[in-house]
Amino acid sequence: MTKTTRILMGATALCGMAAIAQAETLTIATVNNGDMIRMQELSSDFTEKHPDIELDWVTLEENVLRQRVTTDIATKGGQYDVMTIGTYEVPIWAKQNWLVPLDDLPEEYDAEDILPAIAGGLSVDGTLYAAPFYGESSMVMYRTDLMEEAGLEMPDAPTWDFIKEAAAAMTDKENEVYGICLRGKAGWGENMAFLTAMSNSYGARWFDENWVPQFDSPEWKAALDDYLMLLNEYGPPGAANNGFNENLALFQQGKCGMWIDATVAASFVTGDDSTVADKVGFALAPDNGLGKRGNWLWAWSLGIPAGTDAEDAAKTFVAWATSKEYAELVAEKEGWANVPPGTRTSLYENQEYLDAAPFAQMTLDSINAADPNNPTVDPVPYTGVQFVAIPEFQGIATAVGQQFSAALAGQMSAEEALQAAQDLTSQEMQAAGYGQ
Amino acid sequence: MARAVSNRRKVGYTIAAWIIGLAIFFPILWTIVTSFKTEAEAISSPPSFMFFNWTTENYTTVLERSNYFRHFWNSVVISLGSTVLGLIIAIPAAWSMAFVPAKHTKNVLMWMLSTKMLPPVGVLIPIYLIFRDVGLLDTKTGLVIVLTLINLPIIVWMLYTYFKEIPGEILEASRMDGASLRDEIIYVLTPMAVPGIASTLLLNVILAWNEAFWTLNLTAAKAAPLTAFIASYSSPEGLFYAKLSAASTMAIAPILILGWFSQKQLVRGLTFGAVK
Repeated sequence: MTKTTRILMGATALCGMAAIAQAETLTIATVNNGDMIRMQELSSDFTEKHPDIELDWVTLEENVLRQRVTTDIATKGGQYDVMTIGTYEVPIWAKQNWLVPLDDLPEEYDAEDILPAIAGGLSVDGTLYAAPFYGESSMVMYRTDLMEEAGLEMPDAPTWDFIKEAAAAMTDKENEVYGICLRGKAGWGENMAFLTAMSNSYGARWFDENWVPQFDSPEWKAALDDYLMLLNEYGPPGAANNGFNENLALFQQGKCGMWIDATVAASFVTGDDSTVADKVGFALAPDNGLGKRGNWLWAWSLGIPAGTDAEDAAKTFVAWATSKEYAELVAEKEGWANVPPGTRTSLYENQEYLDAAPFAQMTLDSINAADPNNPTVDPVPYTGVQFVAIPEFQGIATAVGQQFSAALAGQMSAEEALQAAQDLTSQEMQAAGYGQ
Repeated sequence: MARAVSNRRKVGYTIAAWIIGLAIFFPILWTIVTSFKTEAEAISSPPSFMFFNWTTENYTTVLERSNYFRHFWNSVVISLGSTVLGLIIAIPAAWSMAFVPAKHTKNVLMWMLSTKMLPPVGVLIPIYLIFRDVGLLDTKTGLVIVLTLINLPIIVWMLYTYFKEIPGEILEASRMDGASLRDEIIYVLTPMAVPGIASTLLLNVILAWNEAFWTLNLTAAKAAPLTAFIASYSSPEGLFYAKLSAASTMAIAPILILGWFSQKQLVRGLTFGAVK
């Protein structure tokens, strides 16, 4: 080997090392669900297009992730460049200036294409602070065969009265078929997500315009009474311990006549693991004729923490993961039915998608029926359909959820649970300085 | 006659011990069994214990999706590192408390133990900020330091208890033979306390291996140990029980095997000095 060859080889190696040194690494925090895992698997498409950006994934259970990323962003820890956050966090964090505004995404990204209800939940003062990866609402999933046996026909937009009638008609406890399955497990994202959305359709609200708790209102009483009656009379045993996963298991095994829960469940109840896959129908969440339905609105979204040292690379990644092209990539690799739902208008104009996903139209209608800025009948001072976008809500709603779960378990009456909810919420809100 | 009663008692105790042992072990056994089911079988009701289609597909999926060995290596480094560092600090500390106690030694011991009474979340933000400022977030070094500090009171207490059992005269004799303080601790005290040190080491490795609060909160992608690996398979919206069980089995298997082989040492150490 000549001296010149050695020098040239050395220079090449140095150039190579310099190129490696220049490669940016994005640390992405995400939750463990099917759509996010799929994104992780397909991310080689991104790294091939952007060889100067490397991706490090941190996948955690939802509640662990929330605690972890909140600690990091509040202390400006800088551990993450892209965070998976929900519609609850975005307005709170944006107001704290913790998130990078996404007002300069490239034109081909077509931000106008994002569903208005979803964009509204992820914006503050008209500026988008997180890009939706998938959106979900809640709806009624029901057994078409049991409904037929009961001699009833599920309307596209049922009322709570019809749900009560259908639940009674479908219940066959001897054969372990329960008319209705609903969330009963205590938690702000468990029973309180369902009950808050349900209460909206009864005209109830968490707070009036002066942040005074409203659990002593007749609307809350009516909503809780109906919820307890439905589960006590027609629900599965031990309903106070059931969350999404438990109800999904019951429904898949043919033990629920109806289940009102996240639209994302549609692909599970019609999937390979379901014993009733070909007997499932969908309808909008019920209403009470007051102009509001009992469905929620949620979007897992990608946000960029302010202060990240890789802002441009993070924006490039967010734009890729939430783009129309990503939807096409998923369709090409996994089929249209597996495309993340509920974020873009164009997806619901795509006939291939509509043909592949029988629940698509109902998902879209459910999302459009939710308004995070006017969630219930009367005006409210907060944003959020199944939550109140204030930092104190997680703690308060979990405590309230424990009261309602106890009422469902028969440990206290509905009146006692509502009184306890009113007292503890008043106390916490006063301590936090609201309405003063 | 007396012998017959005694035998009956023995049989009774043995059966009771087996029932209690199985009851304690049952959740782990159930996790292992579930890890060999499909997701549909994992949630089926009534559940089947033996008669289902055994499959290893969950292990394949978990190994494909996650970098198990990186998490495993991080767990090994963090648990062993914090244990060794803890022992290096605790052996001299326990020696001084056991053999040359001062007026307030008991108070110091109680104070050390009282630090375990503080809920960890109470100091999360200060520690997080310190780690951020000194660049220790998401590093194995940072976790070794924090786990050492957290488990140090237990290590000191255990070693103190063992050292108290060793006659001070032996150490005195070594001193009279001209041993320095360093020689006394390394060549006289430590070999005599090997069973106690070994059980302290084992217990601390288990505690550090299973520690989930700090290891989840102070790591991101690089230093995350097996606790983060398990957390990545749990989901409130999606049925991943079989995969979660497979991930849990893979995470606990190394420590289960270590515990199995060293159980005699562990029991001997934990009951050391209990009966006089």
